[in-house]
Amino acid sequence: MTAPVLAIEHLSAAITRGPALLHDISLTVAAGEVHGLVGTSGAGKSMIGRCVLGILPESVRITSGRIAFANKNLVGLSERARRDAGAALALIPQDPLPALNPSRRIAAQMTDVMRLRLGLSHADADARALAMLEEVHIRDAANVLRRYPHELSGGMRQRVLIATAFACEPRLIVADEPTTALDVTVQKQILRLIRELQRRHGTALLFVTHDFGVVAKICDSVSVLNAGRIVEQAAVAALFAQPKHPYTQALFAATPRYDRPGEALRPLPVDLA
Amino acid sequence: MMPDLVRAEGLRVSLPDIARKRPFRRPPLIDILHGVDFRIARGEAVGIVGESGSGKSTLGRALLRLIEPADGQISFDGQDITHAPESALRPLRARMTMIFQNPLAALNPRRTVAASVAAPLIARGETGDLRGKTLRALDRAGLPARFAGRYPHQLSGGQRQRVGIARAIVTEPDFILADEIVSGLDVTTQAQVLDLLRELRRETGLSLAFIAHDLSVVRVLCERVVVMHGGRIVEEGACVDLFANPIHPYTRRLLAAIPLPELDPHWLDPDMEESTA
Repeated sequence: MTAPVLAIEHLSAAITRGPALLHDISLTVAAGEVHGLVGTSGAGKSMIGRCVLGILPESVRITSGRIAFANKNLVGLSERARRDAGAALALIPQDPLPALNPSRRIAAQMTDVMRLRLGLSHADADARALAMLEEVHIRDAANVLRRYPHELSGGMRQRVLIATAFACEPRLIVADEPTTALDVTVQKQILRLIRELQRRHGTALLFVTHDFGVVAKICDSVSVLNAGRIVEQAAVAALFAQPKHPYTQALFAATPRYDRPGEALRPLPVDLA
Repeated sequence: MMPDLVRAEGLRVSLPDIARKRPFRRPPLIDILHGVDFRIARGEAVGIVGESGSGKSTLGRALLRLIEPADGQISFDGQDITHAPESALRPLRARMTMIFQNPLAALNPRRTVAASVAAPLIARGETGDLRGKTLRALDRAGLPARFAGRYPHQLSGGQRQRVGIARAIVTEPDFILADEIVSGLDVTTQAQVLDLLRELRRETGLSLAFIAHDLSVVRVLCERVVVMHGGRIVEEGACVDLFANPIHPYTRRLLAAIPLPELDPHWLDPDMEESTA
């Protein structure tokens, strides 16, 4: 067993002079592994991703714990050291539109980060952007590079951001609900694409989602979160064979399924929710 | 056979195509619905499903006559409202209401919950016991009276959607259009809202058109479902039949794309059926 790419140990975070948001989070992600963070809104799943990426809101502080990434503790690093370590990290956001600058062409936005991170020349970065768009199966990639974000469909924009995320060969990608805003048929294509690239590049993936269906299809292991705590952590096969924690069981019971007769959903009991 | 409460025949809707608008010109029209036949019986709940741009919201809005159709006929409770002027529609507005996808956008941030919920009563010219009716609607939507004085920003997403529901039921309508009302909610809140709608249907026998992109949600609430694609209904039927035995290739593709919460190592493998995207 090789050392994990990411090892979070006893991580806690809180709002400055306010309530705690994360309590004693521990998890590891190995190279080529997809680890799911699942829970309801406010459970803290995105907050974990933001701790790793170092993009916490001003008001939130990490109060204890370690984030070991590529054998370096990311907690408490200086701005400059953090930026160097961050070169091997990338984000695929939920909503691609605000992540793109509306007044710049796709090519300029993709190549900025490559020139900065990989030290590529303009020409080399352009060539790499084109190759990456082809890798995410965009037909007519040269044309898309000249477009502005508003000229692309939601699925196409998400492909551009996936191409950008993988362009600098990161060791870990945080995908924060990357398909929540998409139609189901597009969601399936995007999930397939993320899985394909992640396998080919051997990237570790921290996959934030609220959908157990998505967890089942793309994740290898999963942490179930409730109110800032991990209540259950398991390999996906084990979790779907038998969810152990009552909270996980309650989440399953509240999930509607089109293949089941119209049985009543069981909303979470109040003391759990 | 119950008589139809809402009925549309050969419905064609054209809307201005802003994307092709030239400066100082009127935007050209683009056909959104191409001859849709649709009906809802009294007390029935029908799911309208499809992807973005399939025309499901346009169909819903045309049924409420928020949009005037270019062709075809719409009737409500036997009354032809296809081209009825707003003055003729007014008395009907209390009988056919709508719940919106994003309650934060649909609620006035400067109005209290009670004021927003009472608005349809006032618009109808009611004067007697507004407060009592408002509180009863809130109660039926699962919100205790202490919420009446609060503002939208003080509520959670689920609570806001309950306010949207309270406002839709305060006039005791026969028909409610619900447009993607649970898509912004997480599964536990979603289950609560779906539960509430089931209960309201059981108590009042209202008819429901439930627009959703999530077919699993439709299965929980509706007896019948219509599948829309490119401005047409491509398949319709009882939920029991359609989900077990989809006929149209598009319906099959839609169902196959839904990730069920169970393991399937081949689900993400490339397949032949959907090579075009």
